[in-house]
Amino acid sequence: MTLLSYAFMQRALLAAVLVGITAPAIGIYLVQRRQALMGDGIGHVAMTGVGLGFLLSWSPVWMAAAVSVLGAVLMELIRWYGRTRGDIALAMLFYGGMAGGVMLMGLAPTGSNANLLSYLFGSLTTVSDSDVTAICVLAAFVLLVTLGLRRQLFAVSQDEEFARVTGLPVRALNLLTAVTAAVTVTVAMRVVGLLLVSALMVVPVAAAQQLSRSFAATFAIAVAIGVGVTLGGTVTSYYQDVPPGATIVLLAIAAFIALTALATPLARRRARAGAGAESPGDPAECRIPATRGAADEGGI
Amino acid sequence: MSEGTKEAVISLRGVRADLGARTVLRGIDLTVRRGEVVALLGANGSGKSTAVRTLIGQVPVAAGEAALFGVPRARFRDWARVGYVPQRTTAAGGVPATVTEVVSSGRLSRTRLGLLRKADHAAVARALELVGMADRAKDSVDALSGGQHQRVLIARALASEPELLIMDEPMAGVDLASQEILAHTLRTQVEAGTTVLLVLHELGPLEPLIDRAVVLRDGCVVHDGPPPKAVGQHALPGHDHVHPHEPADTAPMRTGLLSR
Repeated sequence: MTLLSYAFMQRALLAAVLVGITAPAIGIYLVQRRQALMGDGIGHVAMTGVGLGFLLSWSPVWMAAAVSVLGAVLMELIRWYGRTRGDIALAMLFYGGMAGGVMLMGLAPTGSNANLLSYLFGSLTTVSDSDVTAICVLAAFVLLVTLGLRRQLFAVSQDEEFARVTGLPVRALNLLTAVTAAVTVTVAMRVVGLLLVSALMVVPVAAAQQLSRSFAATFAIAVAIGVGVTLGGTVTSYYQDVPPGATIVLLAIAAFIALTALATPLARRRARAGAGAESPGDPAECRIPATRGAADEGGI
Repeated sequence: MSEGTKEAVISLRGVRADLGARTVLRGIDLTVRRGEVVALLGANGSGKSTAVRTLIGQVPVAAGEAALFGVPRARFRDWARVGYVPQRTTAAGGVPATVTEVVSSGRLSRTRLGLLRKADHAAVARALELVGMADRAKDSVDALSGGQHQRVLIARALASEPELLIMDEPMAGVDLASQEILAHTLRTQVEAGTTVLLVLHELGPLEPLIDRAVVLRDGCVVHDGPPPKAVGQHALPGHDHVHPHEPADTAPMRTGLLSR
């Protein structure tokens, strides 16, 4: 393994593994809440942080962390109070964040299009020692939240109204989820880039769902897929000279397709076995749509 | 009967509530005493679900007072005493989850920091047995029928071994076999002394269990007394016969499971 003898590759692989763990770990709750694209929105907002970092010559990673946390809190507040016009307000926030980032980058003396691209699509091999430190600290926070509070986050993401009656601090947990997602976006930013962050939060979870029946198994398989594709993508990009961020995301999608192809006959057999145990007229494969919707919030 | 002197478990006094710009409750009074089984009836849009949602804090109280176990709702913390079954036709979220995982959520109110001990796992298993779903404990909720979903949601409410059960349309979209199991489960709970507030569209198979019916119309209480047994639910004051499968903008979420 010659690639491990290079310091930049060691840093790249460490960052990649941490992203492979953290992105699906928080992503699973976003998918459960049917907010799969929230990571994408936070990624847009984080651009302003990166731009600010360049303009003020501060660490873009920490600035992006600060700004995306603010953005995520704002998104959660919009979700509470916005109701009907919430999606318009979110659109403003996303595109404002993106445009703000490009503008600030243009104003910054050290900013250039090349720099911008490295944050938009990731630049794994230029991860510095201070980046690695920041990524480690932020990843530790994400893991602490997503594992330590898994039962609470599961309850709130599954059924917010019910969670309130179990006495859980629903609003605080919602804010914590948003903040953790924002932190994950900044962790993943250097590896896959802001535009592809959301893919690593969602695709491994979607792939894991093809095989699993329980939340716990989905969590474990999603993290395993996350680590597999980030490591695989990083190594592939070293040998083949292809962009790592794109390689990682394409590998994740390939994993999704492969597992779907594998799981479909499996699910069919399982459904048939289940239907045998059912009483007639009570089909086991009765699929049911969303629990959480706009109608849920405003119902009488 | 000594019902009138027992402790009020639920108490709404002149409660007004708004959804957006619309006033949904126009000052309602509702008292449920320990051991009572009260049905909250009314047409769609009469405010019966909103009344329940103000009680649990999902909808803010604009005026008046709401109290649980004699404690003003805003200061009420003892949520393990309350079991809630929200109006819903599915227990599923965006990620697969087993029946046990969903029902375990109901036990969180009895745990510290969300750690489930042996006794908590036993309570979850008991709740599943009560609704006849113990054999499906490890199955994904995605693989269940509408009636089974409702049974899982009721098991989740029972997991904390509550003294008060609040159920919002527990019979909506439920097949006959599950309805009988639900009625049996409820009877067992009532016999054990559990207080029950049921939001119902019509009395249906739960009728024999119900001590008192409160009927809402346009956000006001128009009847509070014994359920009209002899004449049936169609003669109930304020009963417009509206089917639950209405357009989504007027009715709370319905997936029309059984109409497929």
